[in-house]
Amino acid sequence: MPDTQVWVWRGDASGGDFMPYRVEADEGMVVLDVVHRIQAEKAPDLAVRWNCKAGKCGSCSAEVNGHPKLMCMTRMNEFAPDEHITISPVKTFPVIKDLVTDVSFNYEKAKTIPPFKPKPRDPDGKRRMYQEDVERVQEFHKCIECFLCQDVCHVIRDHEENKESFSGPRFFVRLAALEMHPLDANERIDLIRAKHGLGFCNITKCCTEVCPEDIHITDNAIIPLKERVVSAHYDPIAWALRRMRGKKDEFAPPEPKPPSA
Amino acid sequence: MTQATAVKVRDRPAERTDFWWVEPVVIVAVLGAFVLYSMYAGLAGTNYYFEPYLSPLYSPCITANCVHPTLPIVGSYWNLSPAILIVAFPLAFRVTCYYYRRSYYRAFFWSPPACAVPDARKSYAGETRFPFLAQNLHRYALIFATTLLIFLWWDVFLAFNFNGHFGIGLGSILMLANVILLSGYSASCHSLRYLVGGYLDSFHGKSLRFRLWSWANTLNARHARWAWASLLVVGSTDAYIRLLAMGVLHDPRIVF
Repeated sequence: MPDTQVWVWRGDASGGDFMPYRVEADEGMVVLDVVHRIQAEKAPDLAVRWNCKAGKCGSCSAEVNGHPKLMCMTRMNEFAPDEHITISPVKTFPVIKDLVTDVSFNYEKAKTIPPFKPKPRDPDGKRRMYQEDVERVQEFHKCIECFLCQDVCHVIRDHEENKESFSGPRFFVRLAALEMHPLDANERIDLIRAKHGLGFCNITKCCTEVCPEDIHITDNAIIPLKERVVSAHYDPIAWALRRMRGKKDEFAPPEPKPPSA
Repeated sequence: MTQATAVKVRDRPAERTDFWWVEPVVIVAVLGAFVLYSMYAGLAGTNYYFEPYLSPLYSPCITANCVHPTLPIVGSYWNLSPAILIVAFPLAFRVTCYYYRRSYYRAFFWSPPACAVPDARKSYAGETRFPFLAQNLHRYALIFATTLLIFLWWDVFLAFNFNGHFGIGLGSILMLANVILLSGYSASCHSLRYLVGGYLDSFHGKSLRFRLWSWANTLNARHARWAWASLLVVGSTDAYIRLLAMGVLHDPRIVF
């Protein structure tokens, strides 16, 4: 196989730049293999996070030619022989070193989601969940937490100031899995609107496009959550029906105010 | 090797070098052309009826001054184009549609123009402020636009009636295709999917709602195709009837 040249971003939080590396590319190689070969032959101090090499651990997220991708699932033969190939860390999170970023934003957001709270058992002491309901939320459990959807989401990628008020697509998937769970008794709709900032999402579907697990994040998680928020907060007929049925409106915190420019 | 410079990772220029700009350019061209054409056609107030075809942009025709009134509930004092009273409903349905929102936020607002390409604006509030807050009323736009479909199906029924004889003209086929595509576009709507069953946490013991939701899901997977196809055919149907009324085209038809 001929040599291949890739430009890898090297640096840390203070700055950095793309560095060219030329290595031999074997047939069937993925981008992560090339990074490993650079580590082995040219730059042993190159930092990269990886684990399974099978697209299931979500560790090796990066941007290849500007596209958020898993390096282990991006084959080198996708590129033309003379193509300028760049490999850079995900842009939404702070760089620690080279291709490794600090994704603790996501773990902090995860802590703010009320956990699953089971409904009371049936009279026979069991809890039942039916197949049609299982299938609906199963899709959301495929998430491998690669955070590519978080990386590509322009709400936080291009507007750092929104990180406080917006949790991002990965957590709307988590919230949808809980909200649509037939055995969950927790109420999160007000929280989804006010604390997780669902209204910031303008459904441009980039999260769906980059998801390596093909989760229909926008269509099956975000939009159904938006519709539930509409019923709870914006739909006058739904409000009137709730009042007629004697259901009290829950306290609704105000919509988070976006920071001014 | 080049020397490292102090360029922070977030300040790097966009690295995408593919043709990401093609999609927004095509959307601006197609949506822009449709908006301009429908403004011209809707405001013209003429050449919208060629027996037995009524342009979908003018249906239902609700003014007494209509060439072919469907439901003349507005008196002859209305001197402007009858389409002005109708077009707001399907327009609101498309403007607030989840698929079109994706398209025009990308193409017209550049927010973002493509995935992993920077936003054009420095600040961003999404749909948390007026006027974008009104997008939350999409389900009402759906209800009004779907109600209009009843009149469009009636127009199709009339479009196969040539002076009391059953017949098929190119206009009849176009109008039938138009109403099928518009019905598909409405039936595949995300809000409809929610209203027919998506609001439930469990479908157990609710088989009708589960079936409706499942059908809506199947259609919803191709909502974008329904959206584009119905948009193009609405415009084409109006243009065809307009050209017939202007005497530019001749309608091929078989009357039994």
